Amino acid sequence: MKDQFIIAKKKFKSRLIIGTGKYKNMNECAKAVKLSGADIVTVAVRRVNISDTKKPLLMDYINPKKITYLPNTAGCFNSDEALRTLRLAREIGGWKLVKLEVLGDKRNLFPEMIETLKSTEILAKEGFKVMVYCNDDPLMAKRLENVGASAIMPLAAPIGSGLGILNTVNIKIIRAQTKLPLVIDAGLGQASDATIAMELGCDGVLVNTAIAKAKKPFNMALAFKNAVLAGRQSYLSGRIEKNLMGKPSSPIKGVI
Amino acid sequence: MKKIKKIKIKLNGKEKQITKDTKIGKLINDLRIPIKKVAIELNQEILDKKKLDKIKLKKNDKVEIVHFIGGG
Repeated sequence: MKDQFIIAKKKFKSRLIIGTGKYKNMNECAKAVKLSGADIVTVAVRRVNISDTKKPLLMDYINPKKITYLPNTAGCFNSDEALRTLRLAREIGGWKLVKLEVLGDKRNLFPEMIETLKSTEILAKEGFKVMVYCNDDPLMAKRLENVGASAIMPLAAPIGSGLGILNTVNIKIIRAQTKLPLVIDAGLGQASDATIAMELGCDGVLVNTAIAKAKKPFNMALAFKNAVLAGRQSYLSGRIEKNLMGKPSSPIKGVI
Repeated sequence: MKKIKKIKIKLNGKEKQITKDTKIGKLINDLRIPIKKVAIELNQEILDKKKLDKIKLKKNDKVEIVHFIGGG
C-alpha cells in the first residue's frame, strides 16, 4: 500500500512543511523550499506596503498553484485576531486549509489553548480545514479533535528555540490516541530532530528557523528532506526491541 | 467650478486624503495593488472583491489591504 500524507482529504508528496519566515530574502526562501521538496509552505498575513507597491511579492517567488500556501495566524494573541486573519487569508484566494496559532505569551510563545480551542471550533464550522498549533498535551489534543481540527500540530519546544522534541512520551500518547494527521510544529533545531519526530509516528514536521537560520540554509533544507524520509521509513519498518544486555550479531555456534 | 471635496481615511493604519466619494476599486487601482493577491477590509468587514467598484469611501473609513508574506 502506498504511504500517503493526506490532510483534509488532500494528498501531499512531502511530509516536510516549510515555514517561509526569517530568510535573508525571497530568493533564498524559494530555493530552500525547492530543495526541501516541500509542497506545503506556511505564510503570514500582513498589511501591503502602500508606499512601495512595486516591491516583489512572495507569490512572485513561490507559485501558489504549485505549492500549497498554508496561511497562519502568527502574531495573534486572541481568538478574534486569529479569526479575522484567517477570514482575510481565505479572501485572498480561497484558502481554506489554514494554520491556527494563537499565542499566549510574548516571551515563550506558548500557545494560548483556551483561545485556540474556541477558534478551532468556530473555524471548523465556517468550513475551514484547521491545522492547529498546540501544546504537547494529549487532553487538549483530544479536545481539538473533538471540535473539528483537521490536523494536530504540537510543539516540540518553544517556537524558534531549536531545542528539539522535549517530551517524546506526550507525542507518543497523542499519536496513539488520534488518527488525524499529527505534525510536529516548532522548536526543531537540526535534521535529526525531524527523524525523531517521524520515528515517533508523526505524519509530518513543520520547520522554519532551523533551516532559515542555519549557516547553510540550502544544505539544511536537503538534510531535513532526507531526515523526514529516513524517519518515516524507520517508523514504518518497525524498530527492534530495546534490551538492557548485548546480543551478539554473529552466531555463537561454530566459534573456533 | 465645483470645488472637489477631500476627505480623510485610514489606509493600513495611516491617514490618507482622498476625493470624497472615491470608490474603493479606484483607490486600489490607483495604488497599483494586484487585486488577485490581496484581501480588503473596510471598517473590519471583509469586502467581496467583485463589488469594489460599487463601494464609495466615506470620511474616517478604515481600509486594510493585506497579502501573504513569509512566515512560520
